[in-house]
Amino acid sequence: MIRIKDATARLVLLPCDGACGDSAAAPVGENLVVAAVSATAILAPGQAARVEEVGYVEAPIRAFAIATVFWGIVGFLAGVVIALQLAFPLLNLDLEWTTFGRLRPVHTSAVIFAFGGNALIGTSLFIVQRTCRARLFGGNDAGWFLFWGYQFFIVMAALGYVLGITQSKEYAEPEWYVDLWLTVVWVAYLIVYGGTIVRREEPHIYVANWFYLAFIITIAMLHIGNNISVPVSLGSSASYSAPAGVQGAMIQWWYGHNAVGFFLTAGFLGMMYYFIPKQADRPIYSYRLSIVHFWTLIFLYIWAGPHHLHYTALPDWAQTLGMVFSVILWMPSWGGMINGLMTLSGAWDKLRTNAALRFSVVAVGFYAMATFEGPLMSIKAVNGLSHYTDWTIGHVHSGALGWNGFITFGALYYLFPVLWKKKALWSEKLVAWHFWLATLGIVLYISAMWVSGIMQGLMWRAYDELGFLQYSFVETVEAMHPYYVIRTLGGVLYLTGALLMAFNLWKTVTVGEAIEPEHATVPAHAVAAE
Amino acid sequence: MFRWLRDHGIIERNLVLMGVLTLITVSIGGLVQIVPLFAVETTIERVSGVRPYTPLEQVGRDIYVREGCYTCHSQMIRPFRDELERYGHYSLAAESMYDHPFQWGSKRTGPDLARVGGRYSDDWQAAHLRSPRALVPGSVMPPYAFLDRPLDYRDIQDRMRALRAVGVPYTDEMIANARADLEAQARPDADPTGFQSRYARARQGAFDGDPVRVTEMDALVAYLQMLGTLVDFRDVTPAQLRQP
Repeated sequence: MIRIKDATARLVLLPCDGACGDSAAAPVGENLVVAAVSATAILAPGQAARVEEVGYVEAPIRAFAIATVFWGIVGFLAGVVIALQLAFPLLNLDLEWTTFGRLRPVHTSAVIFAFGGNALIGTSLFIVQRTCRARLFGGNDAGWFLFWGYQFFIVMAALGYVLGITQSKEYAEPEWYVDLWLTVVWVAYLIVYGGTIVRREEPHIYVANWFYLAFIITIAMLHIGNNISVPVSLGSSASYSAPAGVQGAMIQWWYGHNAVGFFLTAGFLGMMYYFIPKQADRPIYSYRLSIVHFWTLIFLYIWAGPHHLHYTALPDWAQTLGMVFSVILWMPSWGGMINGLMTLSGAWDKLRTNAALRFSVVAVGFYAMATFEGPLMSIKAVNGLSHYTDWTIGHVHSGALGWNGFITFGALYYLFPVLWKKKALWSEKLVAWHFWLATLGIVLYISAMWVSGIMQGLMWRAYDELGFLQYSFVETVEAMHPYYVIRTLGGVLYLTGALLMAFNLWKTVTVGEAIEPEHATVPAHAVAAE
Repeated sequence: MFRWLRDHGIIERNLVLMGVLTLITVSIGGLVQIVPLFAVETTIERVSGVRPYTPLEQVGRDIYVREGCYTCHSQMIRPFRDELERYGHYSLAAESMYDHPFQWGSKRTGPDLARVGGRYSDDWQAAHLRSPRALVPGSVMPPYAFLDRPLDYRDIQDRMRALRAVGVPYTDEMIANARADLEAQARPDADPTGFQSRYARARQGAFDGDPVRVTEMDALVAYLQMLGTLVDFRDVTPAQLRQP
């Protein structure tokens, strides 16, 4: 059955070709069935027309794509600003609204929730319709509600940080009223997403959707679990979290680490499982590996939170559990990496000609690096050195800039021509420039943070020959200065690359050559239906 | 060995089944790690001295939270020799049992603050907050001179009621006297009897240098100056510090 579905989809509906999971392993006999059914599909115009009448919801997805670019630039710019503040503290400007303490959450939320979130919601709505061959549940209205609802959440959260309205829990800074609003939007997202899957024409749910679904469900659980709090009063923006101290810390890092695990990993793996096969025009390397990858990843990730609390007042048993599961987590992470990279088998030459695919594939490379470094840093002996230092910051950025950033750029370069019905990107050359600028930026960033982080850790614990601590704290701060400058330079390169992308995508939309109607993948009446 | 993988098609064809199995799968780790922390009594060490924050300290803590101090300062000393010498005794879970939210932090761009209380004078703290580089030339900390503005504590009783709702043992008496206690702590010549009977080891002072005006600086410095001072480690036996 499943082969039939794949083949039909491939012929009738180009957006599904290659992304349909398991045709790689199809036995010969079933391939014959495929051929027969394909022929039927071509010869039976009625059936083909029925499928093509789906009329995907695209306008809100175009908005999500634009918002992804916009918030990406805002987030990278905020990052450059706060990196400069650490190198040159005068840039805190002596104003309460522009201190590092208030702007840092603006940077992290802009990148994770605004850039990453818009990318995730936008791509998920794009992918779920195409891999299910179903129109979005709730149609355009639902799409627009999600779009504006989510932007409202972002703006409310960021305004709050600048004005000093924050819970000061990392990556969960928004206060109670913003949290409640996000809960409403998120439940709507689950309904729209699940509703579309229920409507599907395909018997099977495609693997990218498993990951998106796990992302939506788990983020709902984490968001609610970590934000239980009592407002000071209904007219007050402030609240107090229900748990305190050690329990609060455990719940926060159960949330915090799995914001990484499910927002920044599972959701983005959904992107990987769609866009890499699409761009390489190859099916996913292994269907079995997808299954093993999915269940082990989502089971193990949840346990890893306590590695953020090594050697703290959290009881040892919890720390040990966190460490052990973090190390085990290396395996499913690399399983997924292998599944993504090996999808390129037989199509590696495309990396030379397709700059957007290069982003997607190098993203998986950075994912491999970050998911090796993570387990390493979760080992208590290593963590004793790395914790509280810039090493952690470097690690996060190899994941965020390398993996989340690059896979999103690859998806955007793929999506813009498709969504605006253009033949190609305005300039492949600019994509290549973006790629090399961003890669160089990451290299500068993470190597500066490795050096400064390890140096910082070693300086804190250095003793002189008389048995006294060798360095005062402020000496370790002063030693960081050159690395903070290099890190900023890396950020500037990365931001410059993103600006080139924005320009290139703008040109693609405005002056790019439109697809001729006879080449269109969707007939004119379906386009009009939108 | 992988025969069961073929049955995965059943899950792939059923959205509700897949959603429920996913929810179960992602719930296990969290339940195992979080629930025992509430149930096992020794998670929080039984040491004496830890008390709820005074109204002024609590409002100071709220300013600490508002300004995002956790982005650069931890409040969690690890049991290492260098941290013992630099910061003091390693932090206990008991010392943050009334911290809503916890502020252990994850990054030390600046030093740990878990035991900064009493380490510098009030004057030093206020002057350093106003202009960090005037006292520590190599510092990269932003200046917080704007904290020299009147403290808004009109909602202090609401704050304490909300804290009581999440488990801080504030008594009716504490809440009824909240405003008076807050003002008494920031004014060194105010009558201390009622205030000090409610909050053991709480210190009155002109934290911002001005004994009359109650400012945000008063509140933040009062908070910083009590950090890590509640437990007297001379009274603590190793048995009391045992966690599971």
